Amino acid sequence: MSNYLFYILSFLSIFSALMVVLSRKPVHSVLYLIFCFFTIAGHYILLNAQFLAAVHIIVYAGAIMVLFLFVIMLLNLNAETEPHKPLIIKGASVVTGGMLLVVLIATFKSAAMSVSSPEFNSDLGMVESLGKVLYDQYMLPFEVSALLFLSAMVGATMIGKKEI
Amino acid sequence: MIFLSVPSDYMPMAIMFVVSIGFVLTTIFVTHLIGPKRKSDVKLDTFECGIEPQGNSRIPFSIKYFLVAILFVLFDVEVIFMYPWAVNFLELGMYGFIEMILFISLFMLGFLYIVRKGALKWE
Repeated sequence: MSNYLFYILSFLSIFSALMVVLSRKPVHSVLYLIFCFFTIAGHYILLNAQFLAAVHIIVYAGAIMVLFLFVIMLLNLNAETEPHKPLIIKGASVVTGGMLLVVLIATFKSAAMSVSSPEFNSDLGMVESLGKVLYDQYMLPFEVSALLFLSAMVGATMIGKKEI
Repeated sequence: MIFLSVPSDYMPMAIMFVVSIGFVLTTIFVTHLIGPKRKSDVKLDTFECGIEPQGNSRIPFSIKYFLVAILFVLFDVEVIFMYPWAVNFLELGMYGFIEMILFISLFMLGFLYIVRKGALKWE
């Protein structure tokens, strides 16, 4: 049952991810990306990481996608004004994308497959255990992330305001 | 205590998703099928309060909307960090409380900066 669900979800996520790149209209790409995020949240649930699944839907499908839509509206993508990309840029993007693919394949080949050991705790992804680890063991990265958010706020204000 | 959970516990949710999406899709397609179709130039024209429509709707708009949205995302993430903390609130005790106070005060520092710089003010 879980196996079939995994295959269906994987098919849907790969299909929607491809449609993000292949669809001509930018708003359609965004809708496919939202669908892709939902399927990835389904993968998280299959991995028993409920908190991550909920956060993925709230933050990515809810908030980040609004930003994507705003960017599309700010870009002013009219059919007439859309620049025609020259062949050399297309070739360059194919080469860089291929290089990324090679790196990813090399990483997957060298990565050791983790088999579930007897001491593996399947409840690791639950909110409770996550909180225990995050606010105890990873206290410093958690506080540093607040500094990261602070810099993001300052950066957004600097870019968005006309005069500071 | 931690509740044991398996993916099949999400079956009711999956059924609900399927039913709700199925209902919406069926309604949309059935109304298209059974409704009468009358297409004329006047009917398909864009309605703009009785005035002749002019120009393109794809105009670049103010970056202020984007600024508000990006600040929303940051505070959204802040709230999400509170869920695992609230669940373990008693267990973490004073230590966790001070930790969170520090985190929130850093955020409030940023909020103070935003308000003082007038980033949320609409010019």
